[in-house]
Amino acid sequence: MTTVAELPAGFADKVLSAQSTFRSVMDAMARPGSVQRVTASVGAPAGMMRGAAAIALTLFDHDTPIWLDAAMSATPDVAKWLKFHTSAPVVADSSIASFALVGDAKNLPALDRFAFGSNEYPDRSTTLILHAESLTQGPNFEMRGPGIDGTALLQAMLQPRDLFQRLTINEALFPRGIDVVLVHDDLIVAIPRTTRLVASGA
Amino acid sequence: MYVAVKGGERAIENAHRLLAHERRGDRDVPELSLAQIAEQLSLGVDRVMTEGSLYDRELAALAIKQARGDLIEAIFLVRAFRATLPRFGATDPVNTGEMQVRRRISSTFKDIPGGQILGPTFDYTHRLLDPRLADGFVPEQPETSDVTQAATPRVTDILGRDGLIEPSPAADADAPVGDLTREPLSFPADRDLRLQNLARADEGFLLALGYSSQRGYGRNHPFAGEIRFGEVEVEFFAEDAGFVVPLGSIELTECQMVNQFKGSATEAPCFTRGYGLAFGQSERKTMSMALVDRSLRARELGEEVIAPAQDEEFVMSHSDNVQATGFVEHLKLPHYVDFQSELGLLRKLRQEFAEANEAPDMQEAAE
Amino acid sequence: MNAPAYNFAYLDEQTKRMIRRAILKAIAIPGYQVPFASREMPMPYGWGTGGVQVTAAILGPQDVLKVIDQGSDDTTNAISIRKFFGKTAGVATTTSTTDATVIQTRHRIPEAPLHAGQVLVYQVPIPEPLRFLEPRETETRRMHALGEYGLMHVKLYEDIARFGHIATSYAYPVKVNARYVMDPSPTPKFDNPKMDNCPALQLFGAGREKRIYAIPPHTDVVSLDFEDHPFTRYRFDAPCALCGAGDSYLDEIVTDDKGSRMFVCSDTDYCESRQLAGHRGSESAPPHKERAHG
Repeated sequence: MTTVAELPAGFADKVLSAQSTFRSVMDAMARPGSVQRVTASVGAPAGMMRGAAAIALTLFDHDTPIWLDAAMSATPDVAKWLKFHTSAPVVADSSIASFALVGDAKNLPALDRFAFGSNEYPDRSTTLILHAESLTQGPNFEMRGPGIDGTALLQAMLQPRDLFQRLTINEALFPRGIDVVLVHDDLIVAIPRTTRLVASGA
Repeated sequence: MYVAVKGGERAIENAHRLLAHERRGDRDVPELSLAQIAEQLSLGVDRVMTEGSLYDRELAALAIKQARGDLIEAIFLVRAFRATLPRFGATDPVNTGEMQVRRRISSTFKDIPGGQILGPTFDYTHRLLDPRLADGFVPEQPETSDVTQAATPRVTDILGRDGLIEPSPAADADAPVGDLTREPLSFPADRDLRLQNLARADEGFLLALGYSSQRGYGRNHPFAGEIRFGEVEVEFFAEDAGFVVPLGSIELTECQMVNQFKGSATEAPCFTRGYGLAFGQSERKTMSMALVDRSLRARELGEEVIAPAQDEEFVMSHSDNVQATGFVEHLKLPHYVDFQSELGLLRKLRQEFAEANEAPDMQEAAE
Repeated sequence: MNAPAYNFAYLDEQTKRMIRRAILKAIAIPGYQVPFASREMPMPYGWGTGGVQVTAAILGPQDVLKVIDQGSDDTTNAISIRKFFGKTAGVATTTSTTDATVIQTRHRIPEAPLHAGQVLVYQVPIPEPLRFLEPRETETRRMHALGEYGLMHVKLYEDIARFGHIATSYAYPVKVNARYVMDPSPTPKFDNPKMDNCPALQLFGAGREKRIYAIPPHTDVVSLDFEDHPFTRYRFDAPCALCGAGDSYLDEIVTDDKGSRMFVCSDTDYCESRQLAGHRGSESAPPHKERAHG
């Protein structure tokens, strides 16, 4: 059992670390496919990458229900750390989650298990935070959409392998949809619901 | 040659210095103390606390002083301060049935358990200016009597015992109470949010709307079941400690209107309710609030929405005087560039109009 | 007495998180108005509380802030907002469009092209472009949900029938990313084309109306029009009297009560930069005299 005293720390400087992390996430979301770095020094529980921990500390609170995948809830560490540092409620029902933390992206549940929002309130959707194997090496993903000047190229090792195929539902659902933030260590890449895959390959 | 206008920063500083000077007024006249405001302009303080959503007499008095007596400006100051305060939680609902009553009247029954208590009221004063107040008047000490332990049950509870009035909806302890200062408003809005909006609403706006409902714009046949003013205890359930902590007492005014009945084939007819609550002694506010609360229940009670007071989107979107005054007064800000755009369009339209109207004359002349 | 103590950039952290989440959704759904729990700010509603909350939620110590109102850094409300952030966040401020990382604006888009990495924050009074055609939020929300914008086209068309032109000269509606009709805030329609495919991120904050919306960089922004009545920009046909610019939006200055007027750039940074580079207009001070006035 971990006690509160043994929990890994959060941000060293709550106010300024949250600000700089938010700017990285905002830049990522505004420039889909671009690789942004979280620079704040941050503690993270076992099983959660630093970038994901920093995003949690920046955006989660008691107003944001959080869903954890099997990898994140394998030990109580992540839930405890979240509760202590963010007060965010951890929920079992993924369809009411504001954010979903996915440590084992290979086994990502079907996207329709998450909230897409409604046509009146498309913002009431789940944002997925997925651990990625690499955001600098691997197959090419060429994307276009708002935030991208022409096309953007991402080289990444992503799970599930058909992630972009699954995300094509965003096209039919729009303005409803799922926004994704990919995390590897302290690097992040965002794929908002407006981004379309143009081509991919090794 | 033309030199662009500059020096706005200096102008602002000087304007604020001048404002401070004007606020102080003639320096030979003694300065107002916060205690004087809190004690002698107490109904103004009550209004600022109510519409400012913050029970703090001293801060409200400070705000009134800083605002030079402009109560909407004072409410604005209190609201802006309130927005920065951390939240520890919500208190238990106060029990107005156990109020230490200082004033309590009912217009529906001649006598009620605990009696009618006039208390401190302008009612039945003759509105004749009293020159004695101009200088150093010391009023008589008020009459006193022994404290009675007689209960003062709410008139609506008395009606409720016989089922003559709809039951007061029971609070669902598990349901979170809405808070429109923490959540964006969406329509339709539930009654908790409507009542919060009305409690913060401009007294004059509610007065006019309530009045309009009396004059037939969505009439709902109100009786002032009861108006009571006095002190109630505020208690907070501390989850960590597991017991209730008393926080102190506050002054409240509550108005329960008894309104035209509802009923159906399956439901016996009964009176309906309109509710008003405010900090301090705020009778005009709570009565107006109760009228408008009842009007806004039109949808819930199956009444046709035909009048402004029944239209929740209209009422709730325009009731807040801090929002309203900000947007009305923002017209003072420069609008040079959009006005210039309008000017350009208007000049073009007028030119085309002139050309179109000249053209036939010229044709005639040519013929 | 409860003496106030204020956080970095005034807003408390819980409020910043709430606004930051709204900003991310706004970017992900370009042109959609995200409801947010706007706070009571220490300045009046209608005077930039939405823009101020957005700026406060994104601003960091490394930012360089520019604030303009009517294109000018020196209008009183711009000064007041700049001072607010100077005091509560201690950030560096500038009047240079190029040097700024965050620009808060009311009613103008700067003349100098914006670049990647910049954020333009608009103050918005009425975020709903359909509001003057349909006052009910419940109705306009349904129209946006269905992408049903016939009402707007009818309005523009009625203008043409009555005046021969679309009679909207500012706050001219646009369609963002071919989906949402959006109010650009009361900027003159001269500025509309600058929103299209802009390299900077554009964020819009409406405090009183409790909405945040966004245009990501390099997003299609099209001003609504008709094939036979295409969108046109308007600019008074004269060079700036101070810098001679022929491509900038102009303020009209009334110089006497006999009908005399002159036209100068509304964007003061643009005008001053041009004058520094040696450009002159008809009313410019001769260079050697200018110093004496400085």
